[in-house]
Amino acid sequence: MTMPRETIVQAVNDALHTEMAADDRTLVFGEDVARSGGVFRATDGLLEAFGEERVRDTPLSEIAIVGAAVGLATHGYRPVVEIQFSGFLPPAFDQLVSNASRIRWRTRGRLTAPMVVRTPYGAGVRALEHHSESLEAAYAHVPGLKVAIPSTPADAKGLLTSAIRDPDPVLFMEPKRVYRSFREEVPDGEHAVPLGEAAVRREGADVTVVSWGAMMHPTLEAVDELGVDAEVVDLRSISPLDRETLLASVRKTGRCVVVHEAAKSGGFGAEVAATVAEDALLYLEAPIRRVTGFDVPVPLLSMEDYYPPQPPRIAAAIEETAEF
Amino acid sequence: MDGKPTSRPSPRTNAAAGVEHLSQADLRVETHQVVTAEGTVDEARVPDLADAQFRDLYRWLVLQRTFDERATKLQRRGQLGTYASGRGQEASIVGSAFALADDDWIFPAGREAAALLMHGVSMRDLLLYWRGVEDASRMEGANVFGVAIAIGSQMPMVTGKAWGMQLAGDDAVAVGYFGDGATSTGAFHEGVNFAGVLEVPAVFYCQNNQYAISLPFAEQTGADTVAQKALAYGVDGIRVDGNDVLAVYNAVSTARARAREGRPVLVESVTYRRGAHTTSDDPTRYREEEEVESWAARDPLDRYRTFLGHRDLLDGVDEVAVREEVDAMFDEAVAAADDYPLRDVDEIFVHLYEELTPELARQMEWYRDFLDDHPEMDEYVHQRERG
Ligand SMILES: Cc1ncc(C[n+]2csc(CCOP(=O)(O)OP(=O)(O)O)c2C)c(N)n1
Ligand SMILES: [Mg+2]
Repeated sequence: MTMPRETIVQAVNDALHTEMAADDRTLVFGEDVARSGGVFRATDGLLEAFGEERVRDTPLSEIAIVGAAVGLATHGYRPVVEIQFSGFLPPAFDQLVSNASRIRWRTRGRLTAPMVVRTPYGAGVRALEHHSESLEAAYAHVPGLKVAIPSTPADAKGLLTSAIRDPDPVLFMEPKRVYRSFREEVPDGEHAVPLGEAAVRREGADVTVVSWGAMMHPTLEAVDELGVDAEVVDLRSISPLDRETLLASVRKTGRCVVVHEAAKSGGFGAEVAATVAEDALLYLEAPIRRVTGFDVPVPLLSMEDYYPPQPPRIAAAIEETAEF
Repeated sequence: MDGKPTSRPSPRTNAAAGVEHLSQADLRVETHQVVTAEGTVDEARVPDLADAQFRDLYRWLVLQRTFDERATKLQRRGQLGTYASGRGQEASIVGSAFALADDDWIFPAGREAAALLMHGVSMRDLLLYWRGVEDASRMEGANVFGVAIAIGSQMPMVTGKAWGMQLAGDDAVAVGYFGDGATSTGAFHEGVNFAGVLEVPAVFYCQNNQYAISLPFAEQTGADTVAQKALAYGVDGIRVDGNDVLAVYNAVSTARARAREGRPVLVESVTYRRGAHTTSDDPTRYREEEEVESWAARDPLDRYRTFLGHRDLLDGVDEVAVREEVDAMFDEAVAAADDYPLRDVDEIFVHLYEELTPELARQMEWYRDFLDDHPEMDEYVHQRERG
């Protein structure tokens, strides 16, 4: 099998092409996705390959995009919609919370919403206000909504494929900071990575470091530079959460550090910490530590660098935890 | 009867007698003009301005164009963040702001540099804004709200601001600037509708520049015009040629006068975005060069020069001198922006609440100490004072 080398954004594009070809119920729509191929080019070539019926530019309305996806999904289609930046998803939060996530529940399984909302998230691209948010915890808090966040090209393709095939709504958050920063081999053709399965990126015995999405990269950088024998867990989907992989690792190492870009308070790191505290407390040899963004909006570009966890902050927390 | 109706007739396929439908085809929506694209002047409509004011309008048009050109160049040299130019929309921007008063509140959408400068924002601060310096969003010295980067999100706030102005007895209006794309958002519909109910002094000023990034207006809405949407909210609508600065001035003056009396107005200024959406956009992916050129032929500055010539006012306008003056202002603003001091890390913590919460204070202190103790952070943290 050939393994093309792709960036994350190319892998997203690859998954969309592959899944649209495999299932003609799959539809792609959103702002600027058709004619221009998306502001990040994630949907490039889809219009040409699948035509205007299946690939559409929409009016500027996140509410209409997500709400219409729910309607289509209940009618047998598989909408994969793009929200141009996750900072513009909040108006459609209502459609996710009030409809997408609970239509199955409300109708006792008669109507369902197999749909995907793709959205680039996170800081680091020097954009304007509202282009840098990481609100994954808010979405993971919504019962009935799955949340996947890849950190690598192969996972971007594999997780998006699973999200599209999933019988329930999935929010797919793409780490735009690393959209194009590196390439890796990505399986050609259909490639699925199950939702709800974490990946151990690096095995180690002394401390478990948990992260996901864009923050995997500074996390791995920090671990590589430290002399600590850390095990690095990439959650890949935060809802459903792979408790087993997380707990097995912490039971082995007895120490846990969580790294995420979002603000600290109420962030998903709290859920990870609580899960460990509930089910692996007696294995712990050190307090669980969180390395996160600060409890403020992401600063505009002149001060943006100050916000997310950088390798020295991550390294310091890992060292303290390992030496505790 | 078991409570069950018998059976429904098969659904009819034609209209029942006497049922009329409202149709936009029946609407007559005029587009107000003073100077036609061909240069004909409707004398009766020329606003009553002094010669100096007519000349000043031209100066502002040149200023908007020059600011856009220079800001775009600055971005290319890495000295500004992403920039959204108003090229092609100069008359729409300048004519609208010229009709306002200092006490009015402007809610910007981003492209209207001259409107903000006219309203009292300093050029330095405008540059600092595009360099991503938080302080600049204070829009110090001017009744200017923060820029609505979340498209359409300002609309209900315009209504609320106008409501507050009415309650406070202010003799002023709130003016929301936005684009054609914004008219598809829920916030637009809800904000304008509420203004119609409240009868507050709000002007909703839509610059229909024919595109929302790559989406042409015809695909933004099934409606023929933005102006007609006013009727659905029970407010007044005005449609104006947005490349005719005098027409725009008339339209917004009228809207403002009505708004002051508690009649909110939705103004559609029909114009064209001749440049890219922003400095990170490539418009060749979605539109033809011929279309852009056809609008270049309707250039708002050329049109206004025709009018000035017609009035024998061009003599008093030294084109070269105006450009030099604006260039000098720009140079000075860049220098002032370059001199803006680097900020302390506290900058990202303060201003979130009136008083730092204990947790936030803790995070700030911790970070200060961490930065002091870890000089290697310099490798990762660059304060980009030049965008
Ligand atoms: C709520 C929201 N969705 C998407 C975007 C991304 N975006 C930025 S500008 C833009 C198009 C805006 O079009 P329009 O309202 O016509 O204003 P223009 O840029 O043409 O002046 C889009 C989709 C955004 N900023 N806000
Ligand atoms: Mg527009």
